[in-house]
Amino acid sequence: MKKFLALLAAAILLTACTSNDQKPTTTVAPTPAKAAVEKQIKAGFIYVGPVGDAGWTWAHDQGRIAMEKADYVLPSTFIESVPEGAEATRVITGLVKKGHNLIFTTSFGFMDATLDVAAKYKDVVFMHCSGYKTADNVGTYFGRMYEPRYLSGLIAGKMTKTDIIGYVAAFPIPEVIRGINAFTLGVRSVNPKAKVKVVWTQTWFDPGVERDAADSLLDVGADILTMHQDAPATLQAAEARGAYVIGYNSDTRKFAPNAFLTAPVWNWASVYTKTAEEVKNGTWKSQQIWWGMKQDLVRLAPLSDKVPAEVKALVAEKQQAIIDGTLIPFAGPLKDQTGREIIGAGAALNDGALLGMNWFVEGVQGTIPK
Amino acid sequence: MNLQFRVEKREQGGPLFRILAIIASILIALFVAGFLLLAAGVDPAAAYLEILREALGSSYGISETLVKTTPLIITGLAVSVAFRMQIWNIGAEGQLYMGACAATWVALFSGVQGSLTLPAMFVAAFIAGGLWASVAGLLRARWQVNEVIVTLLMNYIAILLTDYLIFGPWKNPDGFNFPITAQFSQAARFSEYFDSRLHSGFFLALFCALAIYLLMERTIWGFQVKAIGSNPAAARYAGMKTGLAIFLVLTLSGAIAGIAGFSEVAGLQHRLQHGLAPGYGYTAIIIAWLARRSALGVVIVSFLLGVLLVGGDSLQLSWQLPVAFAYAFQGLILFFLLASDFFINFRLRRITEETDG
Repeated sequence: MKKFLALLAAAILLTACTSNDQKPTTTVAPTPAKAAVEKQIKAGFIYVGPVGDAGWTWAHDQGRIAMEKADYVLPSTFIESVPEGAEATRVITGLVKKGHNLIFTTSFGFMDATLDVAAKYKDVVFMHCSGYKTADNVGTYFGRMYEPRYLSGLIAGKMTKTDIIGYVAAFPIPEVIRGINAFTLGVRSVNPKAKVKVVWTQTWFDPGVERDAADSLLDVGADILTMHQDAPATLQAAEARGAYVIGYNSDTRKFAPNAFLTAPVWNWASVYTKTAEEVKNGTWKSQQIWWGMKQDLVRLAPLSDKVPAEVKALVAEKQQAIIDGTLIPFAGPLKDQTGREIIGAGAALNDGALLGMNWFVEGVQGTIPK
Repeated sequence: MNLQFRVEKREQGGPLFRILAIIASILIALFVAGFLLLAAGVDPAAAYLEILREALGSSYGISETLVKTTPLIITGLAVSVAFRMQIWNIGAEGQLYMGACAATWVALFSGVQGSLTLPAMFVAAFIAGGLWASVAGLLRARWQVNEVIVTLLMNYIAILLTDYLIFGPWKNPDGFNFPITAQFSQAARFSEYFDSRLHSGFFLALFCALAIYLLMERTIWGFQVKAIGSNPAAARYAGMKTGLAIFLVLTLSGAIAGIAGFSEVAGLQHRLQHGLAPGYGYTAIIIAWLARRSALGVVIVSFLLGVLLVGGDSLQLSWQLPVAFAYAFQGLILFFLLASDFFINFRLRRITEETDG
């Protein structure tokens, strides 16, 4: 008893003595900097995964760091591994209370939390990645990842020997389905015999589950893998089994030096820098950004030496065609898995059809849970 | 020199002693965590002040702390009810999920509308949580199957069942195939207070604490539960139906945990989704352990943990410490809390030549 009391007293004293000197370090500007003569940007980011995931969240963080180079951008804040749902509301509100005036929420599951907080803090600009709900102070941003996915499909179609390509996919939502379809269209444009097998993991980030899914695809004869996942487990599986792999999110060739061919990657700096500039200038308006390779939001990582020269030339040519607008991946004729024609030659799917996509193109082996 | 210790049972100190021991162990944990903070280049005292300021320094912080405290109180009560009888309900997490599922069914698919919605959700969650735990109760009372294993493993079943519902039949048709249900109507939501997220669930939790206190301290059944817990053989000899009591106490424990699920979906989430409860049912075990027999103790310990969980955000917010730091921090505090429990009941006595001989 006495020992407890002594420790208690000592600890209280310790806290009391050191706390006084440290107050200045804890003060944070309580009000947004909008009263300043020139608006300064204090940006906050909510990440769904850890910054060290080497994937989705890492790519966003690279964008954040690039954004900070502008002289009107104050050091920004990020909160990692925020659960989607009710927890996010508290974390986003915490950023607002700390004086952040521009907040990026970087996962679909933050949509309702973003809208809820935005309704209370009209002076703060919110940007939600990959959602479909907006408000006067909430815009959305996303990229046409299907463009580089199509290009990566060309490489897989040219290089597969078994004509089986494995696709480790997270959730059966339009974003992921669109990527699978574009990739398959790329594959089949150069190799009509090839099939793309899909395995759902129902998680964005779970290295163990992703690894199992990748191994199961290799077991059924896939010699090239690709993925829509945030962990590098698929790359490691391919490396271990001597297969090829096409990554995602960021250039992660260090995880699979022999297997890695390329990866469709995000360049979030393009959106973040532009948004910060618009908010500073007062020209920001709520809109739904959906940029492609032309605006440099999505890219194809440099191709590895394993890719033959003529395939490299083909990809370069098609990439230019996509940027110029002469090649549209989702142009007709398009058939679904059952062989039913969705659109004929000369037409192309519009953005509405792409954003709500819930069917597979011909050549995909897998089902979409309804 | 011969340095040996003997573990001795200590005479029970009063409640004041317990509370001081808990506070002291938190302070020791803060002291140890301070070295981690120093290693990360952050001044520990400033960090701790910031945690307190985040959780308690504003009406918003207090409201968020109470929001976090709510499910901890209810699940803590659920587990502590069974603890009185030396029955270990490790399944509050799964029972919470089943309660949330039942409440969601009422809110979205039963056709119940208007002012009846919330009471119907409450009843459905209470029954669902109770039924889920009653399986373990029946197995234990009838065939002496270990309830720790059954309740624990049924957590996984409950969570996967919830996943099945939100990935399958209950998926929001307008949700772009994302695995969440549609949002509840206003009739299926708790009121919120003070322009914050503080909802009626908090008052429901306090009401539950009062009800459990009265049931356990002021009824014959509560006395029986305690009697069976402290000496099952004697209780049986005195004519108490221990099997029935075990079944009922586990069922009640599950039913209370079910209420926590109801409170989370009606007050906070307003829909059913994956990751509904980030481990509340497991935290509840620690809460019940520390609070022992006291319903008031459950409320106090839950609040302390709520401060820690909400305040822990500030470590990331103010210093950009990685999220792993918050986990390590919580782990240290729980570690020392459980260690203190040992030292409350036992003391180490140095064995010397004199006492030995």
